[in-house]
Order: sequence, then C-alpha cells, then structure tokens
Amino acid sequence: MKLEALEPGKRARIVSVDWSRVAPEDGVRLRALGLDEGARVAIAHRGVFGGRDPLAVIIGRMTVALRRGHAAAMEIELL
Amino acid sequence: MTRIRTAALVGNPNAGKSALFNALTGARQKIANYPGVTVERKAGRLVLPNGEPVELIDLPGAYSFEPSSPDEEVTRKVVHGELAGEATPEVLVLVLDAANLEQHLVFAQEVIALGRPTVVALNMIDLAERDGLVLDAAALSQALGVPVIPTVAVRRRGLAELTAAIETAEIRAETGDDHPQPHLTQPERRLAAANMAKGAILSETAQHRLHAGLDKVLLHPWLGPLILFALLFVVFQAVFAWATPFADGIEGLIGGISTIVTDTMPAGFFRDLITEGILAGVGSVVVFLPQIVILFAFILAMEASGYMARAAYLMDRMMQGVGLSGRSFIPLLSSFACAIPGIMATRSIADPKDRLTTILIAPLMTCSARLPVYAVIIAAFIPATTVGPGIGLQGLVLFALYVAGIVGAMLAALVLRRSVAKGGASGFIMELPRYQMPLLKDLAIGLWQRAWVFLRRAGTIIFTVTIILWLLLTFPKAAPGESQVEASAAGHISKGLAVLVEPIGFNREIALALIPAMAAREVAVASLATTYAVDAPDEEAAAAGLASQLASKWSLPTALAFLAWFVFAPQCLSTIAVTRRETNGWKWPIFMMAYLFGLAYIFAGLTFWIATALGL
Repeated sequence: MKLEALEPGKRARIVSVDWSRVAPEDGVRLRALGLDEGARVAIAHRGVFGGRDPLAVIIGRMTVALRRGHAAAMEIELL
Repeated sequence: MTRIRTAALVGNPNAGKSALFNALTGARQKIANYPGVTVERKAGRLVLPNGEPVELIDLPGAYSFEPSSPDEEVTRKVVHGELAGEATPEVLVLVLDAANLEQHLVFAQEVIALGRPTVVALNMIDLAERDGLVLDAAALSQALGVPVIPTVAVRRRGLAELTAAIETAEIRAETGDDHPQPHLTQPERRLAAANMAKGAILSETAQHRLHAGLDKVLLHPWLGPLILFALLFVVFQAVFAWATPFADGIEGLIGGISTIVTDTMPAGFFRDLITEGILAGVGSVVVFLPQIVILFAFILAMEASGYMARAAYLMDRMMQGVGLSGRSFIPLLSSFACAIPGIMATRSIADPKDRLTTILIAPLMTCSARLPVYAVIIAAFIPATTVGPGIGLQGLVLFALYVAGIVGAMLAALVLRRSVAKGGASGFIMELPRYQMPLLKDLAIGLWQRAWVFLRRAGTIIFTVTIILWLLLTFPKAAPGESQVEASAAGHISKGLAVLVEPIGFNREIALALIPAMAAREVAVASLATTYAVDAPDEEAAAAGLASQLASKWSLPTALAFLAWFVFAPQCLSTIAVTRRETNGWKWPIFMMAYLFGLAYIFAGLTFWIATALGL
C-alpha cells in the first residue's frame, strides 16, 4: 500500500521509499523533514478537488504538506 | 580596536528565529542581500552583558546542511565560513522549537557536530507547555553537550540568560578550541534525535492541540477555500477602501511641496525638473505606499499566524494545473498591490523554474497602478447602468479586467512551463507550522522593512527614469505656436509609435501617452490630460473633465482596446528593473517585455477588430 492511498485518521509506517520517483532536491527536503524509511505517519487532511491533492501528513509533532506524486513513492504498512 | 565579533542564529524554519532576532536586536536591523544571490541578509546589533557589541545575523532557516534551496545554501556556506566577504560567525545560536524537538534535533546535531561554540535557545517553550509538554532543559543540555536556554522570544523570557550564554561561548571562541565530532548519517541522527527528545520530555499529556481543531475548519475540503476567498475579499476591500485617504494625503503633500518649490525658486530648467520631473514622477509611485503597507499588514499577519502556509496548501491544486505550486500564491497575491514586492517575494520559491515563471507572470496581476487608467476609461465609455440586482455594468467591467489578468497569467504560466521554463513537475513540500498569535511589534518591524525596501528600490529607479522621461518630453523646445509635446523628442518617438499602434485602433494621443506611462501605468492618465489640455481650443474645454474629453474624441472600440492593452502591457520600468535584479541579468526582463508587449498588442488588436466588427 502506498501513502497516497492512506485515508485521513489512519496511522501507518513508511517501509520503503522509491527515491527514483522523486526529484533529487525534493528527496533532500523530504528526508530532512523525516519522511523516510521507518517514519510513523498519519494523514490529517486531503486536498479539495479531484485527486484530493495535496496531502497534509502528520509526522511526529509536525504537519507537512506534500503532493500525491511523492506520496505514491512511499510504501507503507498500516499500524 | 578589535573587529566586531559575529554570532549567527541557525535553525529549522518555523523555529521562531525571526521573533527571537527581533527580541534580541530590536528594530535596528540592516537588511541587504548576500553577494551574488537573492537571499536576504538580516543583521542587527546585540550588546552582551559585559558591554561588548556583537553583530547578530539571522540566517535563513534550514532543515539540513545538504541544501535544497538557495536559502539553505547560504546558511551552509556562512556557517562553514565559505561565503566570500562574510565573516565566519564565532558563536552559533541554535534555535529549536521546544514543541517539535524530535524534528529540530536532527539539524541541531549537524550544527553541534561542527564543534564550534554553540548555544541552544529552546524557543517557544510556552507553546510546548500549552501543548501539554514539560521539558527538561538540563537533560537536553547534557545530551547535546552544549548550554540549553529555555526562551519565549515574543515574551522576552530567557533573553538575559541567552545573551549571558552567548558571552560565555564567545570567550570560548577566543581560545579557538573547536571539537569537531564524528559525522553521523541522517538516519542515525534521526534515531538519536528521537531518543534525545524522549529523554528531554518529562511528561506529555494527551495532545491538546489547538491547531488540529483550527485545521479541521481552515483546511476543510470545501469550507477551507471558501474561508480563504472570503478573507481575500476582505483584504482587497481594505486595501482599496482604507488606503484612499492616505494616498490622497500623500498626493496633497507632494502637491504642496511642488507649490512651495514653484513659489520660491526662479522659473527655469531646475524648477521644472524638480516639480514636473522629480516630484511628479516619484510622487506617482510613492502614492501606492498606503495600499502596499495595508496589503503587507495582512500578508505578514497571515504569515506570522501560520495561516499563509495553509493558503498555499489550499491553492496548490489549482497552481499545479498550470505547472506551479502553492508557493507561488504569496508573490502573486502581493502583485495585486504592486508587482515589485511580489517579484521580490518569489525568493521563497525553491525551484528555479517555478520562481522564474512566477516572476514572469507577476506583472499580469492587476496592480493598483492600473486602477486610475481603468477608472477613467470606464467612467468615460461604460454607462453606469445595472445588469442585474446590485450589479453595475461599470463594476462588472472592472471585475472582468481583473479576471482577464488572472486568466492571462495562468495561461502564460502554462505555456512558459512547457517552453522557456520547461522542467519536471515541481514538488510542493511545505511544513504547516502551528498557529500562533502574531506579535504586533514583529508585524511593525516587518512592515517598516518592506515599506523601506519598496521606497528605496522603486524610488531610486523611478527617480532616474522620470528625469530621463522629463528630458525627452521637454527637449527640444517647441517653437511659438507649436505644442511642446509634439516638438519634444518623445513626440517624435510617438510619431513612429503611432504608425505601429494604428492597426490596433490607437491614435496619436494614445501613442504619446504610452511613452511616459513606461514610468508607471497611471502616468498615462496624467499624460492624456496634459495632451488634451494642450490641444484644447479654450480654457473651458480644458477644464471639462478628461473623461468627457475622451468620450467625445475616442471611439468605443479604441477605448476597449486601450483597456485590453493595459491588462497585459508591462508599462512599468521599475518592474523591469526589479526583474533584472532578481534574475541577475537582462535576458529575462527583455523576454518579459517582449512577450507581454506582444500579448498586449494582440489582445488590444483583437478587442478593437471584434468591437469594430460588432459595430460598437
């Protein structure tokens, strides 16, 4: 299951990230924010229109906005 | 005399660095650019308890020393002493958000591992307490191996202790004993950060988080955008309603100075240069200051409260459709007052292609300089009838012009992202900070800084431009019986221009007005007034309002084409100059002028031809 498919309110852990699907600078930023293997995440909100993009992801005590494209590169397991 | 020592504030974005910087240095700050890059350098003076001054630098927020934006690159270079012309800071003041330790301790370890004299400010401890966190600063200090001072910048809590710790660290800096530590990988640092954060948290009650509740409403799938648009509506109302008396005041003041100069100086070249050139020209830009200040008051409050990141989040989907991201929303919003601060605000966009596109489309947002032009033409040609309950035709036309600018900008972005600014779809990765009550003092400092930067940048450029334009309009002198505007160099240029713009329905007078309007769009109004006054057969005709003059001399298709022209035309040399500065060269400002004048010509032409064909 990918993070992209996670419903708001559900919790999950990132098992792996396919960094080849992420632009290098975006990868640096995602890792700096802790969005990497092992991170525990939850979805707080999803966007407005079709595709419900972007996502507001809770990681630790922080909320980070990111797009579906990046969330689709993150393999998760439900907690 | 020894050289003044420097200390630098480093930390993650949203750690409250700027508030701490304001609290430590007060309003006396120097703002400049780092050499060669468009990253703002903020410096101020801090006096240590022993009376010695230290230059305190507020470095751009960074998530790591592995840079992913020009801002982070500057932070890395300054801290490592690799930025030419910038002294390596002796003391690093690491600012951490007490409520977000697990995250902020990752970069903190990277900074501390440099082995340089470092002091930690455990900032916003009050917000952490509000969230039910009780922290042990001593335990954290032991884990990190550096002093940790709990602070609340906005309440000035812990500032004395912090400056004392900076002094102690500074004395250590003199002995120069750095202790670089072994380099850890990012996952290792993350694990260590989690453990340290756990160790420093004495107790953690069930997360009572105000922001989760607020976000439920403000980020709600359909309520959120609705609230955002309602808020923007209020902002625009305020910008235009509240600014008018102040703008009138400034106009009156400049008029007064002009009268004094006219009365006291002998008639001649220098008097005309001051009154008609400098005062009239510079005044035409300064008059926008009230609108800019009001708009920025809202923008700064939205930023300081944490709402702006939410606005970017809500707008991201729409911006994604044209190849941009939510980060472009703030610069474009600013551009509704004036493209100059808007273009400068694009610095927060990390992706270079995104930033370039945003700069190139910013002049399409209907800035306030267009309003006087729109107002005169609409008053002259659009009947004040209603087209529905409470909807006036004149207001509708004005609204349509705003929409035309926005739609034009979005289409331009779409094309630019597929041509000159081609690149992979940019990402949108943005921390949504916790909500906070903005501090009045921080808002005031921010407002003052932006107003000053606007006045300085626009003022210097406009000053030069108006003098050149005035000279072009004043020389060579007209022979008796000849109109000055026609005889001037600008008049001759306009003759050539008139041939060029005749196909799109513009007459000689319009061609003549377009040249001085390069200084600022609304100068077109003054220029048209001058031209028609000069050519008027008698005083009475000159006294009649410009609107009625235009109504009798222009056809409706010409007037509509004129409006369409101003939706697109980059009639603002200050914008061009700021674009040159922000893109480090002439390539992009020239491109901007070419494509915007091209669009202006095409759309003014289409408007004229269609209106003529329809028999309007």
